[in-house]
Amino acid sequence: MHRNPIERFGDTGLYALQDLGRMAIYLAKAIRGLFRRPFRFREVLRQIQFIGAGSLTVIICTAASTGMVLGLQGYYSLHKFGAEGMLGSAVSLTLIMELGPVLTALMVAGRAGSAMCAELGIMRISEQIDALDCMAIDPFRYLISPKFLAALLSVPLLTVIFDVVGIGGGYVAGVTLMGVNPGSYIEGMRSSVTNHDIQLGVIKSFVFGLLVVWICTGRGYFVKEIRGAGFGAESVGRATTQAVVLSSITVLVFDYLLTAVLL
Amino acid sequence: MSTAIEFKNVIKAFPKRGGGVQTVLDQVSFSIPAGKTTVIAGGSGQGKSVTLKLILGLMRADGGQIIVQGNDVTTIDGRALEELRTRFGVLFQGSALFDSLTVYENVALPLRERTKKGEKEIQDQVMSTLARLDLTGHENKYPAQLSGGMKKRVGLARALQLKPEIMLFDEPTTGLDPVMTQDIYHLFAETQAQEGFSSIIVSHDIPKVFNLADQVIILHEGKMDVFSSPEEIQWSAKEHIREFVLTTMGEIYQSHLVER
Ligand SMILES: Nc1ncnc2c1ncn2[C@@H]1O[C@H](COP(=O)(O)OP(=O)(O)OP(=O)(O)O)[C@@H](O)[C@H]1O
Ligand SMILES: [Mg+2]
Repeated sequence: MHRNPIERFGDTGLYALQDLGRMAIYLAKAIRGLFRRPFRFREVLRQIQFIGAGSLTVIICTAASTGMVLGLQGYYSLHKFGAEGMLGSAVSLTLIMELGPVLTALMVAGRAGSAMCAELGIMRISEQIDALDCMAIDPFRYLISPKFLAALLSVPLLTVIFDVVGIGGGYVAGVTLMGVNPGSYIEGMRSSVTNHDIQLGVIKSFVFGLLVVWICTGRGYFVKEIRGAGFGAESVGRATTQAVVLSSITVLVFDYLLTAVLL
Repeated sequence: MSTAIEFKNVIKAFPKRGGGVQTVLDQVSFSIPAGKTTVIAGGSGQGKSVTLKLILGLMRADGGQIIVQGNDVTTIDGRALEELRTRFGVLFQGSALFDSLTVYENVALPLRERTKKGEKEIQDQVMSTLARLDLTGHENKYPAQLSGGMKKRVGLARALQLKPEIMLFDEPTTGLDPVMTQDIYHLFAETQAQEGFSSIIVSHDIPKVFNLADQVIILHEGKMDVFSSPEEIQWSAKEHIREFVLTTMGEIYQSHLVER
């Protein structure tokens, strides 16, 4: 059936609006699920283990390499002005306010978000979520809210680890390899990073953690409602791709917005 | 006689690819008497599973009313729907076992989540149900390690745990051998006699399931025909029912009638 472009545009608009509405209700239910009894403490721990501890390796590797690149790159730029003393300040501010929260969120989306999306998507198409509904076991309390809580706890912690490892990486590249004065690296960092900067980083990491877990689990939960995703295993695959892409883009957009508002 | 579930002019249609609709239920009305067993039969794709999902509120009807113990599931939502669902025991056509839980954990789940029973009591109850369904020794396996028929039986064990008021079974014996099938129907009859639940069984095992059925509904092209006895089906003048009798029941059915 052929339809004119205006009709198709309208359809897409309606779909987007409907999707947004669905996701908003989903978020509300996930938050409500946190307060419903019995609380699934062990499941939260299991998810922290998966999202948090499981992501440690990739976070540490990314942070170390990012920090070292920042150290080298920063040294190269600052050296031109004879301002190598500012390296500690440049590296730490960049990591704490920008790269730490953003890269951590992107890594968690790729590693844990995709897995959570696929898990829920498969549970949906094999009627396991329907079965929970029928046993009057709230799937939010049982399955989804623990993932939310775990992500909200893990992502900020991972971000802190990212920052620390990154700053260490910058130290290795700048001080150990390029010969910047160690005292000035540390002192530059101490004098320039304020509480406000750290707060910004922490707020960002909370928001990003929420965005990632919300979008990734939501795509899986609504796998049957995703337009054009097809059916069965294919739809879960598409939903997972969409979850990672959508959550990454949203994180980048919110990064800009939060920086603009809070800086 | 009181009514457990009542369909009033229920319509359910799905959009077809490329426009138009496929009407699965076309103004269907019937009632399921409380404490009795109703068998729903009909060809593949006629809407039997959809009927069960409508009753559970997992799908919404496009018209009409579905009254479950006085509540209209086409309009209720949230807590009320959740409360209503506590009265059901459900076996899905695809079993719908939780694949990250073992057989034991699957069956114990409703007891752990919905009752205050201690672990010892739960263990006793779960193990005895598993034993009755010939699943002893498999309790630590995961669903992926089970055969199709075993999954069905685990799903059944799970559905029986909470002593529901209404049982919905979607093809409980598909994939089971004839002996096991007979056993399962035996178990149904026994538990129903003990617990007095109302039940709907979707089944193709027409001759065998007739021993249990107080009422048989045949679904065909969006319409339902209700029969209160097997004989009535045979005497039906409708073409598709005659055909159904001939093809699905055939001679076994004839001999079965003589036995009765
Ligand atoms: N979610 C859905 N979206 C679109 N069409 C659907 C959906 N679910 C079921 N249908 C259609 O509704 C019809 C009835 O499906 P249903 O699953 O109820 O069949 P059934 O009677 O249970 O068959 P079977 O004996 O093979 O299990 C089918 O034609 C099916 O294609
Ligand atoms: Mg079916």
